[in-house]
Amino acid sequence: MIAEWFGRAGNFSLTLLIVTVYGLLVGAFIERTIAKVQGRIGIPYRQPFINILKTLVKRTAVSHGIMFYLGPVFRIAGGIGTLAFIPVIYGSETFANFSYAGDLFLVIYFMFFGQLGMALGAGESGHPYSAIGIARGLSQMTAYEVPFALAVISIVIQYDTLSITEIVAAQQGGWQHWTLFTNWVATLAAMLAFLGMTGYSPFDIFLAPQEIPIGPPTEFHSAYLSLLQTNRALFGATKLVLFMNLFFGGATGWIELMIKTLAIYMVAVVVGVAFPRFRVDQSIRFFFKIPTLIGIISIIYVQMMFTS
Amino acid sequence: MKKTPSTLSTLENAGLSAEDQLLFSNARPRPYEPYPIKAIEDFANWARANSLWILAFGTGCCSIELRPLMTARFDASRFGVAGRPTPRQSSVFIIGGYVSVKTLKRIVRSYEQMQGPKFIIALGSCPANGGMYFDSYNTINQFDLYLPVDLYVTGCMPRPEALLGAILELQDDIKAGKCDGANRYIEHFDEYKANQKKVIKDWNMPDYNW
Amino acid sequence: MMSELLDRLVRDFGVTDITERPPAITTLKVSKENGERLIRELRDREGFTHLNFIACTDWIEDGIFRLIYMLHNYDSKQNLGVHIDIKRDHAEMTSIHTLWAQAWTYQRELREMYGIHFPGSPRLEEDFCLEGWDAMPPMRRDFDTAKYSAERFGHREGRVSLVPRDHMKVQLYPNRGGDES
Repeated sequence: MIAEWFGRAGNFSLTLLIVTVYGLLVGAFIERTIAKVQGRIGIPYRQPFINILKTLVKRTAVSHGIMFYLGPVFRIAGGIGTLAFIPVIYGSETFANFSYAGDLFLVIYFMFFGQLGMALGAGESGHPYSAIGIARGLSQMTAYEVPFALAVISIVIQYDTLSITEIVAAQQGGWQHWTLFTNWVATLAAMLAFLGMTGYSPFDIFLAPQEIPIGPPTEFHSAYLSLLQTNRALFGATKLVLFMNLFFGGATGWIELMIKTLAIYMVAVVVGVAFPRFRVDQSIRFFFKIPTLIGIISIIYVQMMFTS
Repeated sequence: MKKTPSTLSTLENAGLSAEDQLLFSNARPRPYEPYPIKAIEDFANWARANSLWILAFGTGCCSIELRPLMTARFDASRFGVAGRPTPRQSSVFIIGGYVSVKTLKRIVRSYEQMQGPKFIIALGSCPANGGMYFDSYNTINQFDLYLPVDLYVTGCMPRPEALLGAILELQDDIKAGKCDGANRYIEHFDEYKANQKKVIKDWNMPDYNW
Repeated sequence: MMSELLDRLVRDFGVTDITERPPAITTLKVSKENGERLIRELRDREGFTHLNFIACTDWIEDGIFRLIYMLHNYDSKQNLGVHIDIKRDHAEMTSIHTLWAQAWTYQRELREMYGIHFPGSPRLEEDFCLEGWDAMPPMRRDFDTAKYSAERFGHREGRVSLVPRDHMKVQLYPNRGGDES
């Protein structure tokens, strides 16, 4: 029993490493793509790694209190926790992580957890821009969680299970079995929520690089920041894997995973480069109107189509 | 500048009112030693040199030369240069041109909030010797009296190419372990503070902005 | 229309030194006592509803500061500069912040840069551009800015100043000894 748990923990560490490195590389790839569009060369692929290393080897750090220490720790705990309960590769014992019968609920909870921990930590830093960023970020998060939760409820009804593995299993056997095609209404609601989750424009008001320096992490520096940077890559990749599992048929190998996640990510990037930023009240209104409506319709749709 | 050991273990913070003194730290900054193993320190310096985050604080007219650096023509991001809007996270402070006394106060404050190792590039003639504002009642003439400067770029104004060259040279210096401005500032803390207080007359902030 | 107005101003306020500068600037001079009354009249009755700026010139040889209130009439597109001379050794002027709220910012700046006092103007004594200034107001012409700079900010050894004209002569005509002819 103990040996089995140690084995699973070891396997999970491997997954964690691969997903984090992949997340950093995807970030660099997107940066380079945008740079090419603008006629620049762009950052080298090693740049995100160097940035993390540099913030880690800074010589000084100041603290604002115990919650300030714990904020980044909670944040990365949220990222790791989310990944821990998602089966990354379908049908692989090694990369199944700690998935179990009710993991979907836990994953949705963990996605919230990191943000709340970060809010507490950034709040203690005492910087007014942090407080503004948190207020905006949390209110926007509350807004996009609504269509996302509705979409998840919809597919839970559709597949009659709370296990991500089973949801992926039900989508095997060809592209026409993906949730994207069997329940496109829920997928649409979830993808609109996904735009808000990634923090690209038009929903990047909580980071707002120009007006409120960079929102919640304004005061975080040195090793705190390197934790946040790592989490940014890890959490971003984790969300992509979750969306791929729920709506795009999962992946049976790493190559398939990379192609699918990159395609999902490009949706947010393309929307991001094409649209200007929403104010926070506009983005909340947006999420509470059309995406929420689509989410509700998806539940009705599922009720009519899949239950008799 | 000669090194004077200070007898005081804490700062006075005399510029603050009695109740404000409770809100700010009065600890003295301490110099930091490099890593004991040289290979690790070299590796750390390589990382620092290849990830220079510039504090987005335009202190004078030469700061206009900072903006083209990020555009397609010069594209400093391929050298790991990025703008950072908060002093806590940035490592390079580019003094863009003339420094008025009012700005100097903010520069000192921002510089002390940056986390070491931190570097200063002084851009243009004005921080070096006053430039065309050498006889102005409101701009300082020698910037290195107030903060430690790693690199001067002369010109009025220097072209973005010159700034890009300065950044590359700074990278070489950092890799060679020659840029130790943060420690120099702390070792000669009392001299630097005395010089700053000589020109900044309304000192209403803590002596060291932690 | 403008000449009618000017005639009336000469009669009622004793304005002098009327100068017309085409296309649309007229300046006139009025005594310190009548100044605030004249500006109020121009704003309320004559349609000069906009205050462009308040400026000041130090005529140290005459012992006066000349305040320039530039007013604008949106209907006739006319600018009217009201010049008011005040004594340098008793630099004080009626505040017009009751007429235009933005005037107190100008007056704060004039207090700081020239040491002109405007009784009743809000936040007049607060620092505007100069923080913790402890010398004579710097825009007065008897303030020696080079001396102040050398004393306060020091001088870097090795700094040379070149007069562009002489320097370029030497650069362009080196074998004529800098003689351009």
